[in-house]
Amino acid sequence: MDQQYDAVAETIRIEGTRILATLIRTVGDVQLAEDAVQEATLAALGAWPVTGVPPEPRAWLTVTARRKAIDIIRRERARAAKERDGSELIELNRRDLDPAGAFDLDRAFDLERAFDLERAFDAHRALVAEGARAPECSLSAGAALDSDAMQQDDLLRLIFTCCHPSLSPPTRVALALRTLCGLSPAQIAGVLLTTEVATTKRLVRARQKIAAARIPYRVPSEPELPDRLPAVCAVIHSLYTAGHAPLEGETAYDVDLCAEAIRLAELLHTLLSDQPMPTAVLALLLLTESRRPARVDTSGEVVTLDQQDRTLWDRDLITRGVALLNDSLNRSDRQADAYQLQAAIAAEHARVPSYSATDWREIVRLYELLNQVSPSPAAQLGHVVAIAETGEVDTALNLLDAIPQTARWHAIRAELLARQSHYAEAVTELTKALECTPANHPEQSHRKRRQALFTHHANNPTPHPAPPSDHTQPEAAPSATRLGL
Amino acid sequence: MPQYLALTYTADVDWWAPEQAEELAEYRKFGVEYAEKVKASAVLHPTATATVVRVEGARGGPIVTTDGPYAETKEALTGYYLIEAEDLEEAIKIAAEIPAAWGGAVEVRPVILAK
Repeated sequence: MDQQYDAVAETIRIEGTRILATLIRTVGDVQLAEDAVQEATLAALGAWPVTGVPPEPRAWLTVTARRKAIDIIRRERARAAKERDGSELIELNRRDLDPAGAFDLDRAFDLERAFDLERAFDAHRALVAEGARAPECSLSAGAALDSDAMQQDDLLRLIFTCCHPSLSPPTRVALALRTLCGLSPAQIAGVLLTTEVATTKRLVRARQKIAAARIPYRVPSEPELPDRLPAVCAVIHSLYTAGHAPLEGETAYDVDLCAEAIRLAELLHTLLSDQPMPTAVLALLLLTESRRPARVDTSGEVVTLDQQDRTLWDRDLITRGVALLNDSLNRSDRQADAYQLQAAIAAEHARVPSYSATDWREIVRLYELLNQVSPSPAAQLGHVVAIAETGEVDTALNLLDAIPQTARWHAIRAELLARQSHYAEAVTELTKALECTPANHPEQSHRKRRQALFTHHANNPTPHPAPPSDHTQPEAAPSATRLGL
Repeated sequence: MPQYLALTYTADVDWWAPEQAEELAEYRKFGVEYAEKVKASAVLHPTATATVVRVEGARGGPIVTTDGPYAETKEALTGYYLIEAEDLEEAIKIAAEIPAAWGGAVEVRPVILAK
């Protein structure tokens, strides 16, 4: 029963995004549309576990959500009428104070259309009452459902509105999680490491801005896409990174952010399949995801790339990721972008049967390009590791000096020093790395083990072969964007 | 048609100073080019000429004035344009043509229109 309920909830959540996208266009108001979809969701959660999921859940939800929207408008009209009984001043103030309030009927809703919809719903109800079994039988003939193409456009509109450059990056992420993934403010707060109250405030302000400042609900034109796509891709990529490599402390949320990010990446790629950037994002995510089964061992410990059991890597995902990467590269006439380069690095690792077979010179080259296109401390550290793996440990240590010091920086420096048998210094670096990360950081126990090993070597200065290199990228996507708020 | 107030934040200059003439001409050029979209505009004297006014307690209370700008910042409010635009994207496109956008910053705020 619970499992069935979960399946129903999942269907509703995923379909909900499409319905929301369409409803926002119809009613012209994000808040109203969200409320209506929310109510329709509750209705479905009440009905479906009992009646079973209808053959066309989206049609069911669309019809219900539209009906709920009309109900809400009716309620609001009744409320507004009561308020008009008060003095005109109060009414004026209310409007002034709440310019982006949920209801601006004149602008936000074409009443005529609402009434048409009502007729459609009435007809639909009559048909159902007569014994027509599935709602879509009656409705697909009517005007209430949109074509697939229209729905695709609606989704794109929603994506580009949520990721509009005039909204701050964390707001884009929060809006995407709310409207595109259907997560609750509490879940989003868990993901963004903030409070539910702060998340709700952020979402309310974002909706107010969309309405008051008139962020248009439309898909950018072809020439505008190069300017607008990076913001969308960054949202998806940072979602994946947040789910994949939690940077600060243990994750306490029940959401598989990686799955959400991949779903959005698949969606964007489907909607804009001829655009190289979304294709590269999907390739990168799938290639990174392919290694996920090997990232953590049975006891929950992080396994670094060199120690991973490569037979656990998902070959299907790798094949698809590489094909998408090639497709993306074929479609772009410019220099490779950051997603293509990161995907290429992941593909290079996926291509070889073992860590020792890695073509580090190629990886160094790709990191150099990545640092030209999109420099970041994470990409610089990746570059340093790759240089060290080609055997040039001195060069790597020198390069490290120019990079900001983080826990990972100290951990990498420790490994490089150990390569040169400077074990005491390596232990000091690992101590620093452990000091500046919370005790429940996923890499913490791995680093403690390395510290113990190097301490042992430091105390037993027999000519020891260098320990197996173990300072490789923990599987984070290299230029991980932090979800800082 | 929705309206936006585009507030220009730039170095706190005296626009009448001879060395500003060239820049001021750039602003005039913008004003002429976007005459149809600009409903009102003003250039402000430097913040040194500003007076901050407060009334103590409630309305009718003693008037307290303070000399100088409300807040000392590197970029000061130096003028504004009231522009008409279809939506935020059009408003941003217009604001990006105001010289302050590259010499400082332009803040675009939607205006609440009386019904």
